[in-house]
Amino acid sequence: MGGMDSYVSKRVRDLPPSGIRKFFDLVSQSEGVISLGVGEPDFVTPWHVREACLYSLERGYTMYTSNSGLPELREEIAMYEKQKIGVDYDPGQGILITVGVSEATDIALRALLEPGDEVLIPNPCFVSYAPGTELAYGTAVPVETFVEDEYRLRPDCLAARITPRSKILLLSYPSNPTGAIMTKPDLEALVDIIIKNDLIVITDEIYSELTYNGKHVSIASLPGMKDRTLVLDGFSKAFAMTGWRIGYACGHPDIILAMTKIHQYTIMCAPIMGQKAAIEALRNGQDEMRKMVEDYNYRRRLMLNGFHQIGLDCFEPKGAFYCFPSIRGTGLTSEEFCEKLLFEENVAVVPGNAFGGCGEGFIRCCYAASVANIEEAVERMGRLVIRQKGT
Amino acid sequence: MELKVRILELLERDARVSTKTLANMLDENEEVIAKAIEEMEKDKIILGYGTIINWENVGVDEVSAMIDVKVTPEREKGFNAIAERIQHFPEVRCVYLMSGTYDLSVVVGGRTMKEVARFVSHKLSTLEHVQSTVTHFVLKRYKQDNFIFGEAEVDKRLVVS
Repeated sequence: MGGMDSYVSKRVRDLPPSGIRKFFDLVSQSEGVISLGVGEPDFVTPWHVREACLYSLERGYTMYTSNSGLPELREEIAMYEKQKIGVDYDPGQGILITVGVSEATDIALRALLEPGDEVLIPNPCFVSYAPGTELAYGTAVPVETFVEDEYRLRPDCLAARITPRSKILLLSYPSNPTGAIMTKPDLEALVDIIIKNDLIVITDEIYSELTYNGKHVSIASLPGMKDRTLVLDGFSKAFAMTGWRIGYACGHPDIILAMTKIHQYTIMCAPIMGQKAAIEALRNGQDEMRKMVEDYNYRRRLMLNGFHQIGLDCFEPKGAFYCFPSIRGTGLTSEEFCEKLLFEENVAVVPGNAFGGCGEGFIRCCYAASVANIEEAVERMGRLVIRQKGT
Repeated sequence: MELKVRILELLERDARVSTKTLANMLDENEEVIAKAIEEMEKDKIILGYGTIINWENVGVDEVSAMIDVKVTPEREKGFNAIAERIQHFPEVRCVYLMSGTYDLSVVVGGRTMKEVARFVSHKLSTLEHVQSTVTHFVLKRYKQDNFIFGEAEVDKRLVVS
């Protein structure tokens, strides 16, 4: 038998490869690179959380859990979300533990979409949303956001993209890749359009704890929004637990039940080791989590001030752990800039267009890196900027 | 004061961090940072800047011991007078007043075990008001001042994700 490509479904064949993956392959060939291209914390999971997992393994917790996840974990999450976003969820029927927010997003889209339904996705955004929509037989509709608005979603831009097929608005603030946040007034301005057009909101709040100079606001907490909003969150970013793959969905019992149906057939349950660790993280890890957030904040300012000093325009990212500076002044495209930066200065960042058309002219730089590496990388970037501007 | 506390936290992690880096991390200008550090040095908030060394990796022998010291407190001066007498010996790295079964905990360093033992028997235990000493030699250091002495942690993350 020759190539097997023709056996792959057209749907999957037609999916574009991830721009992040493409750049990963390029960077992997170089040595001694300073990478600001990562999308995860530079902290290892706090020791007490790892230790709690070891303890549970010793006691033989290696079995399935209920489809929805351990009841103790769902109870902890209900208390945590109440305290964080001020919304009550029923641990019995309103919360589902998933394999990261990735699975939660996937099954939410599959549970809600009819073929051809449209999902409104602010752009630039995390690379998975549009492919996830396509795989669920939906149509991804990008909604432009602009650096002039600090990448917040404007109601007029949202309204302009609404059609009779619009079903879901997929928000993800604080944003990967821009670091943008939506304030309470920003969110309030969207509510009328959402309700009038009977949209369901999926809000990926995985970076919510990483909000600087203020508290994260969830659209689920606004009047009239709780039932039509599905909050997705998890432990990866705030608690430095990416590899554990534990996330969750909170929402209306009917939607959670529908998602649980898919989850029980395809996943069964999230790994118990990760669930045990997550219980420990919520019970005893919130102080340490806040220290990590404070630490990101130092490095956020270090990188942002560094960019300003080398003459790179960058709006202040108020969340997540990314800066999204403009490289338009260099006359290069995002990809050209990133390749030059890699080959000439041995620094890896991710081209903004990997996150959608609105990211062109920008680069994503992650500041979950050591102080020394951030400073060195910014200095090297400065050299490239000067060379480019001189030509 | 808030700014000073933040500067201290960052210096405690890395005493070599430059004022420029601190200024960028704290959104302050460099002169304000330099002035704050200078004030704290003057006010004896910052006593000095040291280096954490793993002597074992240099191949230099280094011995240290933690000594539990029972003393008779002096009228009006309590434990301070005797603690002050002890702290001036250059062999003494740290002196703490402790709660519990003994009074002072003294960390002593030297090149050899003999050197340390000699200091304890000749200098420390013979001081007036010292009733008794119990010496514990350090066999291996795993962690000190937040630094782990074993293998350095390497970044195991994917380079782009």
